Amino acid sequence: MAAVNTHAESSSAIDKPRRKSMNGRVAAALVLLPPALVLFTLFVIYPLAGSGIYAFYDWNGYGTPTDFVGLQNFERMMGHAVFQQAVMNSLKVIAVSLLVQLPLALVLALMIYRRTPENTIFRLVFFLPYILAEIAAGLIWSFIMDGNFGVVADITRALGIDPYFITSDRSWAFTAVLVVIVWKYFGFHMMIYIAALQGVPKDMIEAARIEGASRLGVVRYVQIPMIKPAIVVSVFFSVIGALQVFDVVIPLTNGGPANSSHTIVTYLYTFGLARLKIGYGSAIGVVLFITAVLVAVFYQRLFMRKPA
Amino acid sequence: MTRSNLIREIFRIGLLCIVATFVLGPLLATVLGGFKSNAEVQTSALSLPQTWRLDIYADILSDPGFWRYLGNSLVISITTVALTLLVGAAAAYVFAQIRFLGSKMLFSYLSLGLMFPFATAILPLFVQVRDLGLLDTYWGVILPQTAFGLSLAILLFRTFFSELPKELFEAAYVEGCGYIRFFWQFTLPLSTPILATVGVFVFVQSWNNFLLPLVMLNSREAFTWPLGMMQYRGEFAVEWNRTLAFVTLTILPAVVFFIAAQKYIVAGLTGGAVKG
Repeated sequence: MAAVNTHAESSSAIDKPRRKSMNGRVAAALVLLPPALVLFTLFVIYPLAGSGIYAFYDWNGYGTPTDFVGLQNFERMMGHAVFQQAVMNSLKVIAVSLLVQLPLALVLALMIYRRTPENTIFRLVFFLPYILAEIAAGLIWSFIMDGNFGVVADITRALGIDPYFITSDRSWAFTAVLVVIVWKYFGFHMMIYIAALQGVPKDMIEAARIEGASRLGVVRYVQIPMIKPAIVVSVFFSVIGALQVFDVVIPLTNGGPANSSHTIVTYLYTFGLARLKIGYGSAIGVVLFITAVLVAVFYQRLFMRKPA
Repeated sequence: MTRSNLIREIFRIGLLCIVATFVLGPLLATVLGGFKSNAEVQTSALSLPQTWRLDIYADILSDPGFWRYLGNSLVISITTVALTLLVGAAAAYVFAQIRFLGSKMLFSYLSLGLMFPFATAILPLFVQVRDLGLLDTYWGVILPQTAFGLSLAILLFRTFFSELPKELFEAAYVEGCGYIRFFWQFTLPLSTPILATVGVFVFVQSWNNFLLPLVMLNSREAFTWPLGMMQYRGEFAVEWNRTLAFVTLTILPAVVFFIAAQKYIVAGLTGGAVKG
């Protein structure tokens, strides 16, 4: 269609495509949008709403839920020592992430954010565990920490003491999980910091140096404040990630010994799904959902000035 | 270089090497373990094998079950990626290009998936997939996986699409190109960077997923590699060398893929995370 721009024709030349464009728009929206809406509703929203309903029933998943039990599932969960331990363990993951993992990631990022060949290699090495499947990471470490086989066995033998099984020791089993989590994820946080550090203008750092700031001073007063948004994000991911820990635990301890090393999700799996207690498991899901949403909403209100 | 700088540099490299050892040690022990006899794995986890045994790796590589697991994972991951990119990009295109009443609301609705971990709804999801008759099928894993990946994909796509030059659409429109054809012929080809980034992210997530296949798949024929690996571990409980060889062979593709597609992986995993 040739656009002829004489005054007389202009009104009809614009009108026509606009009307056609309305139809085209509606048609396009009606073709392109529904697949996403249907999939999302069917496999995300519908099950989520289901959780909110089943949580008030005692239901094994067959037929329709009829045995309404009110808040009993929630009461039982809150009173269950294993659940309390699982919540404690998830809090431990958060604590270790904030106190060990993120500082480690930050120090390493400061050491290797400059673009040099040896830094590139270190960066790749440190990021490597992040791309491995969690289940593989858990399995590898269950070998390393096996009292009869792995590196731990080498150490106890060298020291001439009895084989030690950390993952069977009630008071230390979850520490094993924490070690693996740090191993797997510090590189991810480091990468976030490196990307941010590379964005700090060089002249700001030079200016601070000329004004007589020490190296640590530059880190403390220039670099860390400049990468605050990255730190805010990485803290958020540590917290949300801590609520989801599952894969790593299964090969390492499987929640044991004596249910001492469950996380919220392994608890949900073991006491809800594996026993087909759909009602009880849904109640755990609801608690997890509310926690995640509260964390997300509060955190974004407090630290991230952008809408959810 | 002054002396204090040299000392600082030595200290820096030394510390980095210690961390690198902590990272690589377990991986090295795993790879080497597959070459050792079980007795040797037991006596020295970190040393080089006295004799390099190839039979364990060969055993696994000639086991059709192993290839079956990898094949299942590959089919599920590739289908998930294709579906997420297509469905997600289509929806994002509507949000970026077409203004209509309720568009903001629908976008917020589709973003809800960013708010919570998918484990929260895993039980009703199991019931849902079972009632649809999809238990123990590829689709039972693919469809929920795609649905949960859509929120992030749509968010990233919409941002990218709305940054494409508007003049392009106007020009194409005058030439008689409709919305859907424009999406197919211009938007998608111009968006390969973001498609690759999201695609890699979705692929890695799907390839490594454990909980969802664990819940949805029962028969060994349908197992993805993480399930197969746990199965294998259970069968050869005391023969660590076999398990280690199996782990090595399954993480090898991931490492090769990582080195080959490094740029997109780092961008996809950290960038995707930052924006999510």
